[in-house]
Amino acid sequence: MAMRYLKNVTTLQLDSDKCTGCGVCLTVCPHEVFKMQAKKAVIQDKNKCMECGACAKNCAFDALTVRAGVGCATAVLVGLVKRTEPQCGCQTESSCC
Amino acid sequence: MSKSSCCCSSTHEQTSCKEKNKLERSIIQKSGEIPILSTTLNSQDRVDGWKARWGIGRMNYTIQPGLYGINKPDADSPVLVTANYKLTVDKVRKELMGIDAWILVLDTKGINVWCAAGKSTFGTDELVQRIEDVQLAQVVNHKKLIIPQLGAPGIAAHEVKKQSGFLVKYGPVYAKDIPQYLRDGMKVQPEMRKVHFTLMDRLVLIPMELMPALRWAPVLMLWILIVQLLRDHRLSWGLFVEFVPFLAAILAGSVLFQILLPLLPFRSFVINGWLLGGLTALGLSALFDHSGTLVLVHALLLPPITAFLAVNFTGTTTFTSLSGVQKELAIGVPLMILSILCGMVIQIVSIF
Repeated sequence: MAMRYLKNVTTLQLDSDKCTGCGVCLTVCPHEVFKMQAKKAVIQDKNKCMECGACAKNCAFDALTVRAGVGCATAVLVGLVKRTEPQCGCQTESSCC
Repeated sequence: MSKSSCCCSSTHEQTSCKEKNKLERSIIQKSGEIPILSTTLNSQDRVDGWKARWGIGRMNYTIQPGLYGINKPDADSPVLVTANYKLTVDKVRKELMGIDAWILVLDTKGINVWCAAGKSTFGTDELVQRIEDVQLAQVVNHKKLIIPQLGAPGIAAHEVKKQSGFLVKYGPVYAKDIPQYLRDGMKVQPEMRKVHFTLMDRLVLIPMELMPALRWAPVLMLWILIVQLLRDHRLSWGLFVEFVPFLAAILAGSVLFQILLPLLPFRSFVINGWLLGGLTALGLSALFDHSGTLVLVHALLLPPITAFLAVNFTGTTTFTSLSGVQKELAIGVPLMILSILCGMVIQIVSIF
């Protein structure tokens, strides 16, 4: 069974007018959220988006926006307690310097 | 070579630097101008890798960022970019037997590629700076960099091109596919683009779920101790028997949940965790033949523990989103607190 997460929560948005069909979003997406249709990228499975931000970061034409972040409860809770943005804390403890 | 990222001022840091040098010596076969990494893992690498999986010294499990060679690289050899977590470097180099290549190790503070990309330490700025530091343009006569696909959240390929002149080629997700990718002339097969999360992937992660989860044990033990004192006015070894259900709830949330993940019926980690914790409570009640109140108390106290540990697995999985996690927590955390408070009140009231 494929592992799927909550529906209708992702902040991913694609502006087709800005899309040039370069296809880099298809390349970098780890969950096959996009496909090419009529020489443009379209979202084929929005609910698979994990908001990693790879597509938006690599879109040279600003056609994609997403509030990128780590889908990590610990990070969200640490952020709540410290009143900051979600912080991925488990691996950042630097013991050097 | 770039400067050392580790400052050796205090005694503690000196030790960790010595450790690092040892780590590097164990994988470097010969030292020329550019160190060559071995493509075989020795027993020390395996032991250290196992320790990192169990959280022993993993914050210091790094190798020095910079340029390394694999086998006999020349100016035409491909350049593979990776993170300076040693477990990551090990995974890459062991796949490159018989392949001549360069490995450009970025300073990700000992974090793997995907996690580091998420916070942009595996990022455009670090990459561009590192290319300059190692004078990559003088080492190779091409302008291509192979970046692991999961590095993409941190790297803007068009920016790298603009700032360094190097063209980013996104390679496969997994290091094991690198040889095939190179043989195919840097073509990624569709299958190499997908992230999976197999039973084996999850099993190796369990120690780092279980160890932090067990940190809750003393807190729970304290609660049982208070209950015992109020109820019996003395302490007994029965403490440990009464702890068993709580230990079961911890194991359900940090081991069983991870194993069963694809089989659990709901999308929400909180709900799946609650379900698993509820079944655990039910099973234990039947096993220990508990009476009415205790069944109720366990039904209220145990599932939130399991659900809390389960939802904390989201950070380790490969498919959960920030928005989803926030939604789950907004509803789940108040319910967990409520359930636990009810359980505690009922348990105390039942004593008197």
